Amino acid sequence: MKTYRKFLNFFMLSLSTFMAIYGIFWLFWILYSLLVNGFKYLKPELIYLDPTPAGVEGGGLRHAFVGHLILTSLGTLIGVPIGIAAGIFFSEYARHNKLFAIFRQITDIMVSTPSIVIGAVVYALLVKPLGHFNGLAGAVALALLMIPVIAITTDEMLKLVPQQMREAAYALGAHQWQVIKSVILRAAKVGILTGVLLGVARISGETAPLLFTSFNNAYMNLNLMKPVASLTVTMFDYVMGPYKYWHEQAWAAAFVLTMGVLLLSITAKLVLHGNLIKPLTYIVRSFTRSKDKEE
Amino acid sequence: MKKTALALLAVGTVAIAMEITGAGATFPQPIYTRWAAEFYKATGNKVNYQGIGSGGGIRQIINRTVDFGASDAPLTPEELNKHGLLQFPTVIGAVVMTYNIPELGKTVLNLDAKAVCDIYLGKIKKWNDPYLKQLNPNVNLPDRPIVVVHRSDGSGTTWIFTNWLSKTCPEWKEKVGFGTSVKWPTGVGGKGNPGVTNYVKRSQGGIGYVEYIYAKENNLPMARIKNREGVFVEPNIKTVQAAAAYAKWDKSKHFYQVLTDQPGKDTYPIAGATFILLAKDQPERSKKATTFFKWAYQNGDKYAEALHYIPMPSNVKNMIFEYWKENGVAP
Amino acid sequence: MEVVSSVKDRANSIKIRAGRVDKFVKVLLGFWALFVGLLFPLIVVLVLFKESKLAIDTFGLVKFLTNSNWDPVAENFGGLTMVVGTLISTFLAMLIATPVSIGIAIFITELAPKWLKPIISTAVELLAAIPSIIYGMWGFLVLAPVMGDKVEPWLQDKLGNLPIIGQLFSGTPTGIDVLTTSLVLSIMIIPFMAAVVRDSFNMVPAIMKESAYGLGATQWEVIRHVVIPYTASGIAGGLILATGRALGETMAVTFVAGNNPQIPKSLFDSFTTITVALANQFTEADTDIYLSSLYLLALLLFLVSFILLAIAKYMILRLEKRWKA
Repeated sequence: MKTYRKFLNFFMLSLSTFMAIYGIFWLFWILYSLLVNGFKYLKPELIYLDPTPAGVEGGGLRHAFVGHLILTSLGTLIGVPIGIAAGIFFSEYARHNKLFAIFRQITDIMVSTPSIVIGAVVYALLVKPLGHFNGLAGAVALALLMIPVIAITTDEMLKLVPQQMREAAYALGAHQWQVIKSVILRAAKVGILTGVLLGVARISGETAPLLFTSFNNAYMNLNLMKPVASLTVTMFDYVMGPYKYWHEQAWAAAFVLTMGVLLLSITAKLVLHGNLIKPLTYIVRSFTRSKDKEE
Repeated sequence: MKKTALALLAVGTVAIAMEITGAGATFPQPIYTRWAAEFYKATGNKVNYQGIGSGGGIRQIINRTVDFGASDAPLTPEELNKHGLLQFPTVIGAVVMTYNIPELGKTVLNLDAKAVCDIYLGKIKKWNDPYLKQLNPNVNLPDRPIVVVHRSDGSGTTWIFTNWLSKTCPEWKEKVGFGTSVKWPTGVGGKGNPGVTNYVKRSQGGIGYVEYIYAKENNLPMARIKNREGVFVEPNIKTVQAAAAYAKWDKSKHFYQVLTDQPGKDTYPIAGATFILLAKDQPERSKKATTFFKWAYQNGDKYAEALHYIPMPSNVKNMIFEYWKENGVAP
Repeated sequence: MEVVSSVKDRANSIKIRAGRVDKFVKVLLGFWALFVGLLFPLIVVLVLFKESKLAIDTFGLVKFLTNSNWDPVAENFGGLTMVVGTLISTFLAMLIATPVSIGIAIFITELAPKWLKPIISTAVELLAAIPSIIYGMWGFLVLAPVMGDKVEPWLQDKLGNLPIIGQLFSGTPTGIDVLTTSLVLSIMIIPFMAAVVRDSFNMVPAIMKESAYGLGATQWEVIRHVVIPYTASGIAGGLILATGRALGETMAVTFVAGNNPQIPKSLFDSFTTITVALANQFTEADTDIYLSSLYLLALLLFLVSFILLAIAKYMILRLEKRWKA
């Protein structure tokens, strides 16, 4: 009987190890393809040239890089304040309110809502009435995707701040918003920053909500009331097209996009665990210290 | 004070380059984007053309979300009046049957309407089917399943292709019909001419219908199609021009024209013109589009021919210019 | 006297002003919380409902769901093929992803040496951060050719002639089909599921595991009889969460599904899902009823994923309550 149990143990644990290897295998294959192809086709021209007409080799993706930056930045600008505001309210004003507890749960559900549905909604609200595709609608769609994420992470980070801090501030006679502004937010700012970085990482990789809002543009366009190109939508068009040079450019764009998103995610983790703040503060302090010495 | 402001405004409007948005057919996308690039070099005006399929082009111009729509499926005068649209042709091209059979490389096959019809109905499933062998006695057709590729989006290329099938294959007309989007009995759907070309390139044994330049630029073979007179013709400028010779352009009918299955020994049977749609009630926007197309008509023929499209003959161009004037959208 | 009273007045007015600012801030923040937690989802449902009303009125909800015709020419739209496609691909993806995710979680929590734990954990989280379009692209340009040229013909050769299962491997293997799509989707879900399961496993109090070891149980027996039952709601919650995610996935699926509005009868058939139909046809729907039908699909997708995610939350909450008790 004992040998059977031992065997079962060995078998199941080996199976689990195999599963882990299976999972890591895919990750490595995908990253390998991305690295090899992305690197191969990465050229500096991609960043400062506009695209060529369909079928003519060469050109770049300047329009897509710039457009993507614009859409992501604007989406962040709109989404972050709203998300943080909601998060603060959930944590500081409505923590024990049953009604708002439901709203918070709904927000958490909206975090995983299909992004293409949001795109369809924004089309009905901001594209149809305006009469044309526009970058603003794209940025709004991205913001709407980002807001629940930021609200939830802000709420959770604020909840981590010990209650004693709040009580000490109140004991000094501060009003609620003063407590929040000067004490709580300051204590949780690292966590909130992490949430923002993760939110940005998430929307940078989005394609579906942009397909029918900011649409696409063959030129670099800074006018938000017109269609704006984005890396992801351009990648979609290029991969589904037949031209080899389009595929190559898509790989390079995918490489840059993934590296950017991974960088944001890793930075967020490092910031949260203090691994980035400590060396940064050390560097800053050593500068100020040497300045003092000179005097 | 007022004078200087006005002067500045005038200079300002001249200095600001025009931006024109258009969307629709992928059939003419290579030539439109080529013209756009040259137009930009010559005038500094930008034309942003997105290939989303003729169905999309029609939708977007009906919704007035673009300055011009592009469609290979011509709209009837009734449909145009219903949506307040104007229509005129730009170039003529060919829908070719392209395929990817690894064993045969770039061998050119003969196909006729019955063969294509049965393939797309799912009745002929393998390349070495006896009927195909009959049409190609000197080709060693392999025992390979046929992967049928069609369009997944609303397509004018589909319209032209299924129109030809409806004219030449009674079973197709009854079971499927023609239009920008049909209920395909079998096959995978690619997005746009680029998508179909892509799928054909990637599937071994694939067959698809695309505009000429897509097959050419991707080194895919094009079949000879049997025309009405029983001759197997290759798609090229001569055979498409032969089809175009039968066109009766009529500006009172908004240039509605179907060029499939035309008579003539040299005629390529699956040809079609491609059209631009404008909003009659938005003359400012439409004039932007006609500015671009006037330049294209006057300077763009050589680019069209380089990409194997047939430009409009000059009498038709003049007709188009008059049509614009009559409808208040001349540039 | 006057000095004292004017200081007092100043102090009072500061207090009153601060009180007003306090109220203002509360209202402002409260409005946004209300927007995010109630108005936003409400607006989504209302807009989707309004846009799909035409389709609902024309076809009727039941008829729409049972109609496998998607015919833009005849203006006859039925969502059955999309719904079936979404369900099949999600189900198969979950079938592959669930044992793998549990296996990975077991490996991370029980088997991995200390130095390897954070590396694999981080690797799994990085997989989750990769944008879904990358999965789709890679699936189309790298995986599909391998599937279509090598793997699927091999499968067809070995399994195609078996009595009932053989039907699943019939048809022309192109790599653009149900099998490849489910595979890509499963790879996408694995990081999410593995993270949730791993977190649930970590919640098990050490003392419970140690008492089992003390009784002479093997590692696997502890996992099977202590850890998994304890975290059952968490795992179930993670499963449902991943399902919710998979249902709404667009980019990973659009590249390799084949856009064929048919009900697939084999793993090698091309098909379509709700998200694929939306992505491909939204900008091209040239009639009102066409666009409205697409909106109806979007509404269905939103409602189904919302409900699933709500159920998942409930199950995970149950696990957390247990841990706190």
